[in-house]
Amino acid sequence: MIPARLHWPVGIGVVLVAAVVPLFASSFTTSQILTRALILGLAAASLIFLASLGGWVSLAQLGLYGVAGFVVGNLAEADGGAKVFAMNIWVASLLALVVTVIIGLLIGVIASRSEGIYFLMITLAFGVIIKLLFEKATDLSGFGGINQIIQPSVLGSAQLNPERIYWLCLAICALVYVGIRYFARTPFGLAFQGIRDNTPRMRALGYNVTLLRTVAFAIGAFIAALAGVLNVWWNTQISPGTIDIGPVIFLLMIAIIGGLYRIEGAWVGALIYVLLDNRLRSVEFVGERVATALGIVFLLIVLLSPGGVMGIYESLSSRWQRSRSARGPAHDGDGTATPTVAGD
Amino acid sequence: MASRTGITAENVLAAGPRVPLSRGTLFLLGLLLLAVVGIGLQAASDATLFAQITLNGLSLAGLYFIVASGFTLIFGLMRVVNMAHGSFYMLGGIIAYLVQERMLNPDPTSFDLPQATLTSFLVPLIVSMFSIALLGVLIQQIFLRWNQGQELRQALITIALSIIIADQAVARFGGIAKEISVPVRKSIELPIVGMYGTMRLVLLLVAIVVGVILLLIISRTRFGMIVRAGVDDRQMVTALGVNIQKVFAGAFFLGAMLAGLAGVLGGAVNSVNKSDDGKFLLISLVIVIVGGMGSLPGAAVGAVLLGLIDSYSDVYLPDAITNYGVLLTFFLLVFVLAVRPYGLFGRPA
Repeated sequence: MIPARLHWPVGIGVVLVAAVVPLFASSFTTSQILTRALILGLAAASLIFLASLGGWVSLAQLGLYGVAGFVVGNLAEADGGAKVFAMNIWVASLLALVVTVIIGLLIGVIASRSEGIYFLMITLAFGVIIKLLFEKATDLSGFGGINQIIQPSVLGSAQLNPERIYWLCLAICALVYVGIRYFARTPFGLAFQGIRDNTPRMRALGYNVTLLRTVAFAIGAFIAALAGVLNVWWNTQISPGTIDIGPVIFLLMIAIIGGLYRIEGAWVGALIYVLLDNRLRSVEFVGERVATALGIVFLLIVLLSPGGVMGIYESLSSRWQRSRSARGPAHDGDGTATPTVAGD
Repeated sequence: MASRTGITAENVLAAGPRVPLSRGTLFLLGLLLLAVVGIGLQAASDATLFAQITLNGLSLAGLYFIVASGFTLIFGLMRVVNMAHGSFYMLGGIIAYLVQERMLNPDPTSFDLPQATLTSFLVPLIVSMFSIALLGVLIQQIFLRWNQGQELRQALITIALSIIIADQAVARFGGIAKEISVPVRKSIELPIVGMYGTMRLVLLLVAIVVGVILLLIISRTRFGMIVRAGVDDRQMVTALGVNIQKVFAGAFFLGAMLAGLAGVLGGAVNSVNKSDDGKFLLISLVIVIVGGMGSLPGAAVGAVLLGLIDSYSDVYLPDAITNYGVLLTFFLLVFVLAVRPYGLFGRPA
C-alpha cells in the first residue's frame, strides 16, 4: 500500500509517465491500445464510482455512454443519424453531456429505490432497453450505425496525430480520478458512503436517501457520458453494437478485473482487457474465439479473486507490510477502500 | 398473505409520501387510459385484426411466461439471478434443431427442414429439455453451490458463463436464424380471427398447461411446500432437517428445463437465433421486475403485459413512432417501479 503522503507524487508521476509514452510508442499502440484503454477505463470508472462509494453494481453505464455518443452523432455533422442539425461539435458534445445526465437522473430516480442484486437487474434492463431503442430506431442510429462523425479540429487527424486525443483523454481521466477522490471526502460523498454502509441509520439521521442516491447516480451518468463523447471523438463512429449486451458485460469485466472498489483499478482493468483483446487473437488455439477466452478469464477472476487485480495487489502488499513491520499498524488514511463491496 | 406483510391496496394508497400517487404517476395513468381508449377505438374499427393481434400478444406472453417462470423460480428460492437464463433458452432451440436435423436428413440444397412427424418433433424437444436441465444442475453444482448467499458473485459467474456459451454457440451453429420443423399444419381456421398459426395456439396451450402444473407443484407437492417455505425462511427450513441442497438442485433442474422448453417452442414458432440469449434475458428480467421477483402469478401478469404491449405497439402505434415501441417497455418498468418498488406481486426480501 502506498502511504498517504505519497499519493500525490505517485499519481502525478504515473500521469507524467503515461503522457510521454506516445512519444516512443507506435501510432497503433497509442491509438488502439492506450487511448482505447483510457476511454474504456473512464467508462469503467463510472461503474466503480457507484460500486465503491455506493455499493451498487450498475449495468446501465455503457447504455448511458452510448446515449452520449448517439447524441453527438445525431447533432454534429456525420454520416447517418438525424442529419438535420449539423451543429458545431463542441455544442453537440455539451448537449450530449446534458441529455445523458438528464436520462441518468430519470433512471436514477427509479433505480435508486433498489439495492444489491435488484439494482443490478434493473440497471441491466435499462441498459438493454437503450440498446434496443437505438437498434430499432434507425432514424437515430442510421443503418449500420453513424459513421464519420466530425472531430474537433484541435485534435487534428486521427492517423497523423493519435497522440493529441490520447493526451486529452489522459487529462480528462486524471481530472475525473482526482474529482472522484475529492468527492469521496465532501459531505455529500461521505453521506453517500454512509448510505451504503447503513441506510436506515442515515435515513433516521434525516438524510434524504433517495435524493442523494439519485444525484450520485447522475454523477455516475456524467462520467459515463464523458467517456461516451471521447469515444466518438476518437472512433468517429458509433452503432447499436457498441452498447450490446456483450460489451456491457465486458465493461463489467474490466471493472471486476480492476477490483470493484478502487477507482484506479478501472484503468488497470481496461489496459489488461484491451491487451488481452488484442493479443489473444494471435494465439493459435484461440483464433476467432476471443470472446470465449475472455469469458474464461472473467470466470477465473470471479471464482478465484473477487477483488480483481487490485485485490491481489492489496492482499500481497498488506501481507508484505505485515511481515515487514510488527512495529506499528500501517494506516491508509482514506475512506474510499472498502473491501466489503466486491468481496460481498 | 397480503395483510400479513402489510401490503394491501389501502395501505399503499394511505402510505402517503412513501408510495405517492404523484403528478407523474397520474400522468402515466392518463397515458395508459389514452392507450386503452386508442386500442378500443381500433378494435371497434377492425375486429378481426384486433383479435389476431390480441392472440399474437397472448401467445407471445405464453412464450415469455415459460421462460420467466423458470427464472423467477430459481430467484425466489435461491436468490440466484441466473444471467445465463437467456443462454439456456437459446441453447434449447439450438440443441433441438441439431437433433431434428440429424433425424430428418434434410435435402442439402434446401434451406428449410422437411415437415417433421410427431416423433421427430417430440424427440428433439425432450432431448433438448433434459440436456438443458442437466446443464443447469451442473452449473449450479459446480459453480454456484459453494457460493451460496453471495448474490453478486453468483450473478457474475453466470454472466461469465453466458459469454462463453454465446460465443461457442455462434462458432458451432452459425449466425443464420433457422426454424424448427413442426408436425402440424401451418395454420387453421378460427372463428372471428380467421386463419391463424397453429403453433402459436399450441404455444399458448402449453404455457397454460405449464402454468397450471407449476401452480400444482408449488401448492400441492412436498417439493413445492419446501420451495414456498424456502422463499420465506431458508435457514428455518434447513434447521427443520430438510436437505435444502436437493431442493436447490431440483429448482435449478426445473428452471433450466423450462428455459429449454421455451427455446424449442420459440424456435418452432419463430426461429432459432444467435441473439436470442440477450433478448430473452431482458424479457425475463423485465417480467420478474414488473411482476415481483419470485412470484409465479407475478410472472404470468408480467408476461401478459409485456406480450400485449409488444404486439399492440407493433401494429397500433402511428408509423412515425412505431420504431420507438421499445420505449413502452421502458415506461412499463418505470411506472411499475414508481408505484410498487418490489413489483406488482413482490415484497421486500
